[in-house]
Amino acid sequence: MSVLVYTENWDGKFKKSSFELLSYANEIAKKANTELTALTIGNVSEEELKSLGKFGASKVLVIKDEKLKDFIAKTYSSAIAQVAEKLDSKIIIVANNVSGRAVAARISVKLDGSFAPGVMHLPSSIEPFVVRKKAYSGKAFSDFELTGKVTVLSLNPNSFKLIEDAKGITIEEITVEINDADLAAKPKSVEKATGKLLITEAEILVSGGRGLKGPENWGMIEELATTLGAATCCSRPVADLEWRPHEEHVGQTGKVVAPNLYIAVGISGAIQHLAGVNSSKVMVAINTDEEAPFFEAADYGIIGDAFKVVPALNEAIKKFKAHS
Amino acid sequence: MKVLLCIGHVPDTTSKIRFTENDTVFDTKDIQYIVGPYEELALTRLLEIKEQIGDLNITAINVGPQDTEPTIRKALAVGADDAIRVNAEATDALFVAKQIAEVFKNGDYDFIVTGRESIDFNGAQVGEMIAELLDIPSISSTTKIEIDGKTAKLNREIDGGKEALELEFPFVSTAGKGFALEPRIPSMRGIMQARKKPLQVIEPISQEVKTKTNKFYLPESKAACKFVDAEDVDELVRLLHEEAKVI
Ligand SMILES: Cc1cc2nc3c(=O)[nH]c(=O)nc-3n(C[C@H](O)[C@H](O)[C@H](O)COP(=O)(O)OP(=O)(O)OC[C@H]3O[C@@H](n4cnc5c(N)ncnc54)[C@H](O)[C@@H]3O)c2cc1C
Ligand SMILES: Nc1ncnc2c1ncn2[C@@H]1O[C@H](COP(=O)(O)O)[C@@H](O)[C@H]1O
Repeated sequence: MSVLVYTENWDGKFKKSSFELLSYANEIAKKANTELTALTIGNVSEEELKSLGKFGASKVLVIKDEKLKDFIAKTYSSAIAQVAEKLDSKIIIVANNVSGRAVAARISVKLDGSFAPGVMHLPSSIEPFVVRKKAYSGKAFSDFELTGKVTVLSLNPNSFKLIEDAKGITIEEITVEINDADLAAKPKSVEKATGKLLITEAEILVSGGRGLKGPENWGMIEELATTLGAATCCSRPVADLEWRPHEEHVGQTGKVVAPNLYIAVGISGAIQHLAGVNSSKVMVAINTDEEAPFFEAADYGIIGDAFKVVPALNEAIKKFKAHS
Repeated sequence: MKVLLCIGHVPDTTSKIRFTENDTVFDTKDIQYIVGPYEELALTRLLEIKEQIGDLNITAINVGPQDTEPTIRKALAVGADDAIRVNAEATDALFVAKQIAEVFKNGDYDFIVTGRESIDFNGAQVGEMIAELLDIPSISSTTKIEIDGKTAKLNREIDGGKEALELEFPFVSTAGKGFALEPRIPSMRGIMQARKKPLQVIEPISQEVKTKTNKFYLPESKAACKFVDAEDVDELVRLLHEEAKVI
């Protein structure tokens, strides 16, 4: 028995979210009195694989099969499940992103397990396995009990802190059987914005709403984001009006995010918007209307005109950064 | 061609969420139910495809007790051809997936569409589980779908980008944002016709349930918002640094 973490790599590199995943899994491994094994798929250097050892893994496995060059939910879930079976892992943890969720659900079916999607906290108990999850699109939470033979979890990005726990690690290449017929569902073309900070992973988000009047006014939002090392996002009407790309739409029907800091500029704070952002640790609202519902959810608020407040805030943060 | 469209029966997006019986049961009082927002988009796009290619029968399926029938009728009113209700409480994703996979096996459906995610359970898992049970591909967060004859062309969201795929039937596609632009709403005529469209009720097959919800919580009520003067943004920076410790 060991805890198995499947962590993606991006062109051979791990991201902070990989280390978050390991830190989380390591705490569970300790609670369950067992070891932590990390698995990744692709061409990753020895050096990079070693970095996983800093966060509690005692074994790192890598699959370098050419057949797994493209992400296909069916082949990836099969590969990960095969490794879990070899290691007799009873707890499997992946990231709760588009690909992670897809493989996790499939793995739970393959291994006769149960799956808790989108967890953000450590389990309150290992036997029985009880973990808190989001419900009703962030308007509630639930204690969720998993009674399958295997427990599969997907961890929300940005929901767990990094905890260093360096171990002497072993690195091993491992092989799996891939069914050629499954390769039919492979992508014909892939467009990936490399090097761009993903909205779902950013620690700070600066988000704009219809109060910004038009796409030409996003310059100040982008500047503020750059100063903060943040990504930008937006409310649904802004994406619907094509002021901003659809990938930036957050909320109940867009991306669900949970950054450390969410700055909402000219966003009223409709319940469907809040459903996608209310797991943020700290929220700031900037709005001309003191009655805007966002102020009921925000930690800090400025009642004022975004066109004045945002540039001023940008300057103030620049000044602060220069002195700290 | 035949498609099985899995529709959830979920609280309207503006619902205030409450629980009863020591926070173990969802309080349905004053709750309006709707077809899940992604499934609405999915249905809309399937109707467009039907109009294009002519030959497409859309069967809406829901696993739920009798209370879900008005929601199923809504899907029929928008334009689904017929419907199936599997008569059981939907408390576990695998249970739901098993029922739908069974219906797929027993019918001559070509593909399955689900929503990307339900807005009550937020699992984003039922579609994947159906695909795994049937041993067929799953395309999650599909942002675009076109169907011509023997193949389907799909775009899907991936982390930080998008992918285009072309695949043969059968498969499961989970509909995300972009699947259709605006959901269609039922016409008066649609609502009249929906009453006459077939809604078949079938009994579930048994399936061990391996998850359960022990208790619900509402988020802790937040401290009141601290207001900072618009002329004094330095104060906001100070608070974010010293008090909130986020910059
Ligand atoms: C099924 C369903 C799903 C939905 N899903 C989502 C979702 O996922 N995400 C989402 O965002 N919405 C969603 N919505 C829409 C949601 O209900 C709101 O309509 C939307 O969030 C409003 O966007 P907004 O706040 O940008 O615009 P508005 O409501 O128009 O608000 C603009 C705000 O800007 C303020 N403002 C104006 N001028 C200024 C200025 N100069 N400076 C500062 N502030 C200013 C105004 O006071 C106002 O509060 C959904 C709706 C439905 C029915
Ligand atoms: N009880 C149900 N009956 C039919 N389809 C469902 C049911 N529950 C979920 N689905 C479908 O599965 C999708 C994903 O649900 P979930 O895994 O709960 O996020 C939904 O968008 C629906 O399309």
